Amino acid sequence: MTRPRALQTAAAVLLVGAGAWAVSAGLDRLAGVRPPPDRPAAAPAAPPPGVPRITATLFYGSADGQTLVPVRREVTLADGVVPQGREILAAQLQPSPESHVSVIPEGTVLRAFYITDRGDAFVDLSAEVSARHPGGSLTELLTVYAIVNAVTANLPTLRRVQILIDGREADTLAGHVDLRRPLEADLSLVREER
Amino acid sequence: MTVSALLLLLIPLLQAQGTPPATPLTLVSREGRRPVPTTIAGGQELIALDEVAALFQVTVREDTLAGGLTLTYRGRTVVISTDQPMASVAGRVVALPAAPRRSGGRWLVPVELLPRALGPIYGARIDLRRPSRLLIVGDLRVPRVTARVEAVGPPTRATIEISPAAPVTVSVETGRILLRIDADALDLGLPGGGAGLIDQIRAGDQPTTVAVVLESRAGTARAAPSEAGGVTRVAVEVAAPVSAEAAVPPPPSPAAPPPLFAPRPALQTIVIDPGHGGDDAGVRGAAGVQEKQIALDVARRLRALIETRLGIRVILTRDDDRAVSLDSRAALANNNKADLFLSLHLNAAPVATVAGVEVFHLRLDREGEAARRAAETETTSLPVLGGIRRTIDVIRWDLAQARHVDASAALAAMLEEELRRHLTMGARPRQEAPFRVLTGVNMPAALIEMAYLSNAEEERLAQSEPFQTAVAQGVYGAIVRFRAYLEAERQP
Repeated sequence: MTRPRALQTAAAVLLVGAGAWAVSAGLDRLAGVRPPPDRPAAAPAAPPPGVPRITATLFYGSADGQTLVPVRREVTLADGVVPQGREILAAQLQPSPESHVSVIPEGTVLRAFYITDRGDAFVDLSAEVSARHPGGSLTELLTVYAIVNAVTANLPTLRRVQILIDGREADTLAGHVDLRRPLEADLSLVREER
Repeated sequence: MTVSALLLLLIPLLQAQGTPPATPLTLVSREGRRPVPTTIAGGQELIALDEVAALFQVTVREDTLAGGLTLTYRGRTVVISTDQPMASVAGRVVALPAAPRRSGGRWLVPVELLPRALGPIYGARIDLRRPSRLLIVGDLRVPRVTARVEAVGPPTRATIEISPAAPVTVSVETGRILLRIDADALDLGLPGGGAGLIDQIRAGDQPTTVAVVLESRAGTARAAPSEAGGVTRVAVEVAAPVSAEAAVPPPPSPAAPPPLFAPRPALQTIVIDPGHGGDDAGVRGAAGVQEKQIALDVARRLRALIETRLGIRVILTRDDDRAVSLDSRAALANNNKADLFLSLHLNAAPVATVAGVEVFHLRLDREGEAARRAAETETTSLPVLGGIRRTIDVIRWDLAQARHVDASAALAAMLEEELRRHLTMGARPRQEAPFRVLTGVNMPAALIEMAYLSNAEEERLAQSEPFQTAVAQGVYGAIVRFRAYLEAERQP
């Protein structure tokens, strides 16, 4: 590459970058998003102000790593069980607040959420939930039941939850908990704080 | 140039079509048997929808507007999603192991579609028996036939089990015993080879026969069928040549089954399952200790202890560093008629301070509870076409543990008490959980998490001889107590 050509390319990259920043900053202003004030850095994002919201119970690992702890958090209000389920699961898959430990492998995202008329929910997660799982019965139980309990605790019409990985039925996340059938909530792993 | 371009076009096409399975699937119905062409791609066994249409006389239509594929049979319809692993059967959603895929103008769907989605609208049961590669259509009598050599001898003793029970005609011929089983087809799960004076136990020349092939040096052979608990058992005994025996045994008489065996000991075979293995290392500690290795080390110690002190047969689900599927582990225990199944694991927690031993047994969900209640009524005899009654084994194979939950709970309690004598227990020393490896084993079973590899101190300890011996001794103590429990349960 000749010197003038290199300079032209660099200038073009800078221009595109500046343009993208201007557009995104402008969009933020249009949408009324302000930088978060003095919220703790690790807290999961709450819905933006002005958006209707509901209080949902999400499940995180306790500070001692032994159990799940129910934590009430605000999530965006959605119209209908399926859209609301998606909002709750999207919030549940976020990193945990600082006072708790995360039990969902990093990078796990919700691919799909659907329900059957028998009251079974299907939660389709990305491959990270299994591929990045550290293993061990306790960790696996905490991961599975954080998801199952988050659905059943907030959407009472749903009684059982089947976890799919990358769109497919899975045997287990890491060799222990049977995922071939829908699971009912397990509150024996849950401990209220204080 | 044109040839290479054609080849380039063909290669992805061939890859998309997958490879044929090692053994083809066979469709068995009242009309007879026929091979079903399937293909393996992306780890799934797939069947083309046009094959489904031809085999089952269903109409297949692609609904591009709704983004689905419809199968219609006598006005009833299944809608298969083209992008989700699911189908809708008369308004009910059924999960499939994978979404359909298109290959060379044909739609390929997972074979599970046939029992799960087509079966409900077809008006006849469609049963997929993967191990024996059978696709059974209609209410046919297709018992599972398994065999095992009990004693190498001589005399060599073997048992052939037919479940659900079916009438068996035994004929002792030169060099073999032939069993003719009164059924429409057989779901065979026979061992590859034999032992002692039995060369092999294999499928006979006719579709519903099983042949026990004898060694050339075998003496008198006999076989006696008997029925108990909805299962037909054929006890085979092959004696050493006549010259080697003091007395000549009576001639074979299938009509009067002689008692061949003494009562079976309560605890004869134990399967120990070292968790993970091969590519699946399980938990890895910060210092590099791997769950799969410690589990195998302890399993070997335990086997030595049980075999030398109790004289009980011990089988490991793996005796080296290899991957074994969870189904194969359960199948090994079931096929060997094990009396006890113990899975050995090491745990991990999201916080490094968590420590201690934990024992798990299976928790049943509503479906499992239903299976248990059904199992309590033992077997059911149902009338079938032709005025015959057919004995149905009511327990689902994938919920085999359901009938053992009480014994497994007792076993877990004994394990907890005995392990506590040697080791520090965790915060929740005994728990119930829906663990995959425990659901399919047809015997009392428990899973032991021996230590936390996420805890630095326990990771260091786990490799040590004193720790591994302590686990083996704790489990050994529980086995001795559990044997007494089983013997007490047997008393009338």
